[in-house]
Amino acid sequence: MKIDHTQPLEYSTQQNQLNILGFWIFLGAEIMLFATLFTAYFIMENRTGNGPTGPEIFEISPVLFETFILLTSSFTIGLAVHAMRIGHKKAMLAFLGITLALGVAFLSAEINEFIHYYHVGATYQTSGFTAALLTTLGTHGAHVTLGFFWGLCILIQVAKDGINPRTANKSFIFSLYWHFLDVVWIFIFSFIYLKGMM
Amino acid sequence: MEFFERFAVPNPNPAIYASMVAIVVVSLAIIFGLTYFKKWGYLWREWLTTVDHKKIGMMYLISAILMLFRGGVDALMLRAQLAVPDNKLLDPQHYNEVFSTHGIIMIIFMAMPFIFAFMNLVVPLQIGARDVAFPRLNAISFWLFAAGAMLFNISFVIGGSPDAGWTSYFPLAGTEFSESVGTNYYMIAIQISGIGSLMTGINMITTILKMRAPGMTLMKMPMFTWASFMACVIIIFAFPVLTIALLMGTTDRLFATNFFTSTNGGMDMLWANFFWVWGHPEVYILILPAFGIYSEVISTFSGRNLYGYKSMVGSMVIISLLSFLVWTHHFFTMGQGALTNSIFSISTMAIAVPTGVKIFNWLLTMWKGKIRFTVPMLYSIGFIPLFTVGGVTGVMLAMSAADYQYHNTMFLVAHFHNTIIPGVVFAMLAGLTYYWPKMFGFMLNERIGKWGFWFLSIGFVLAFFPMYITGLNGQARRMYTYSEATGFGTLNFVAFIGAGLMAISFCIIVFNIIYSFKNSPRNVGEDPWNARTLEWATHNPVPEYNFARTPHVASSEAFWDAKKRGHELFKGEIEEIHMPNNSGVPFIMGVIFFIAGFSFVFALWVPAVVALIGIFACMVLRSFEKDDGRHISVEEIKATESTYGGAHS
Ligand code: HEM
Ligand SMILES: [Cu+2]
Repeated sequence: MKIDHTQPLEYSTQQNQLNILGFWIFLGAEIMLFATLFTAYFIMENRTGNGPTGPEIFEISPVLFETFILLTSSFTIGLAVHAMRIGHKKAMLAFLGITLALGVAFLSAEINEFIHYYHVGATYQTSGFTAALLTTLGTHGAHVTLGFFWGLCILIQVAKDGINPRTANKSFIFSLYWHFLDVVWIFIFSFIYLKGMM
Repeated sequence: MEFFERFAVPNPNPAIYASMVAIVVVSLAIIFGLTYFKKWGYLWREWLTTVDHKKIGMMYLISAILMLFRGGVDALMLRAQLAVPDNKLLDPQHYNEVFSTHGIIMIIFMAMPFIFAFMNLVVPLQIGARDVAFPRLNAISFWLFAAGAMLFNISFVIGGSPDAGWTSYFPLAGTEFSESVGTNYYMIAIQISGIGSLMTGINMITTILKMRAPGMTLMKMPMFTWASFMACVIIIFAFPVLTIALLMGTTDRLFATNFFTSTNGGMDMLWANFFWVWGHPEVYILILPAFGIYSEVISTFSGRNLYGYKSMVGSMVIISLLSFLVWTHHFFTMGQGALTNSIFSISTMAIAVPTGVKIFNWLLTMWKGKIRFTVPMLYSIGFIPLFTVGGVTGVMLAMSAADYQYHNTMFLVAHFHNTIIPGVVFAMLAGLTYYWPKMFGFMLNERIGKWGFWFLSIGFVLAFFPMYITGLNGQARRMYTYSEATGFGTLNFVAFIGAGLMAISFCIIVFNIIYSFKNSPRNVGEDPWNARTLEWATHNPVPEYNFARTPHVASSEAFWDAKKRGHELFKGEIEEIHMPNNSGVPFIMGVIFFIAGFSFVFALWVPAVVALIGIFACMVLRSFEKDDGRHISVEEIKATESTYGGAHS
């Protein structure tokens, strides 16, 4: 591996650059994926059959909590990457750890939310609307879950091998992914919850 | 007992039992043969674990040819059933299953791997690269495709085939009307191979953007590379839509959700829209690389630069954009109002303009050229008038008011076969013949190849042109029979003969492969066709490192200009080359995906969860693995080069 020291570590080999570009293209596909889900949701929004409508089941406080947590985790992963850039391994690990912990907090809040939906009679099978809602939220949640395990693998590797072109590249790509999930959540928050509650 | 009843075929008949026996016999024969000739190790080392883009390309190619025969047998069954009025060869349910699997196999498991085969074989060579950007991911893409294809192909012997058409419209495809597991197979097999296609798209775009040889600007890229690039861009935007549609279809069938039902707020037209938002661009994913192959072949065998390079690129960009704006022409008659119909009518017709530009460019390339009538060139020349007919009837279909007459008749079936067979199948056969020496180092026999071409073309015309007439007269698509009184009998019999000629032509092509393997001289040299682009600047067959030294490029037909204008392609000394290591994980992942898919089809949740965990375990393993590949030393390269005659050492 030829390492180019004029570049930041995560871009410092040719393969690293390829990985980052490839991941951006992957995110392009992910945008299409979520765009399709949102389209389905908007079409299904009022097709509630005999089931409850959005305003009947949405609750503001857990959603605000989830939003707050996810936004914070986007900030901490930014700090982790910054720590990585200045070569501060301990700080990087700490921020990565906090990010993942926030991810778990988000997920447990979301699971609670799903249990709540179940109890108020908004299950996966209830109507076109609930199916679209739970699929959209669920796909995002599944992404966060996957991200958690992915981040964990990276955390262990940074702890073991320190910050090198390989781990820096992985961490950077992971941070792109995490920010992306945050952006998707902002859309979910605005166009599903806020719009639904108004 | 009940457990096993789920796997039984719902509507068995002798043909299915015969296929079961055949499958078991062939599998046993393969296992026995591999053991007897001690080839397991070779198979594993050289093929199952390979990450070499050329070998992956060849595996795609073999799969595509196998699937062509599977889909072809289906086609023959359909045509045989329709050959005479009131025929009882197939019952209605069986006919439904056959046209559904025929359509899906041909589009997803034949045409797609065929274009991926050429992308893999040609693109890295055309841009002077060592490999694709992510060799390991490339292998995963292939094995996901293979897992999906296998899963789809066992459907008719285990549990039943899909029977709701290749479009799988709901509510017909819902559990209410499509009771067997057939449509589960559809949803899940296509999902698995679709993920593979998306990965290939990412891989190729990255490769093309980042790994071009020095001097090759975007506007100096050979036309096939451009076409592959645009096709991959379409893949990135189209396939995620399919992913979601299939996901929703799967949950509707397995978990009784209400996306596409007619009660509880479900909406069947949502499926139709999503399907065609993917489905129409899909056609261009197939046709653009085919256009790319024609461009290479036509300029090579006309001995001229491609006419209008820039307009060729521009028209592809425009076609890609437009392909996303026309999807509702597939349901003009489903009550969406005059304004919507008009808009989509016009946007559909607009595609004819850039396509016409391309046709004229090919004609003008040939105009003053010295044409050599080789087999690849025959296919390309045959393509032009036949495809134009398909294009013209497409514009006819695009007139939404007139579509009330054509809709779901044989006219439509004639139209799309008229674009897809001369467009895609001819291109693939042209590419196969053209690139054969690149892959294997010997040529296919030209005489036999020409027989194949003529049988295919004449068979094609006989098989499909009668359908235009019966279609206009009202013979409906997907009807398993018709009465004597309709008068469709004669024309359908002609079509049956045409299909038979096409079947013969494919056998001739396979015979040609076997014949040439035995009889053609080896070591045809680097440039058997007197070609123009970079892939011909290295040896045939290509050494694993592609180019001993990185080429330097100064024009879009770099190799031609090196030959005629003395451009220097290879400068400097040979240096050691970095190569990725083989890996068994992609193959294993394919197997696990197959198991997961099968378990989902039959709602066997325990194995499904175990398999999913297996997939994640593979990913974690990969994350922790440290594999920097290996290096081929200068001495090794020099040794390899000298076995080829030392042209570049
Ligand atoms: C080799 C010669 C071929 C013959 C004789 C043939 C014949 C037929 C026939 C008779 C049908 C069904 C008509 C009906 O709906 O009742 C059909 C449908 C279809 N064919 Fe072919 N076909 C051939 C090749 C291909 C190829 C190469 C492709 C695509 C790459 C293809 C794609 C399709 C599709 C998508 C359908 C629609 C299936 C559906 O209605 O769901 N066919 N074909
Ligand atoms: Cu279309």
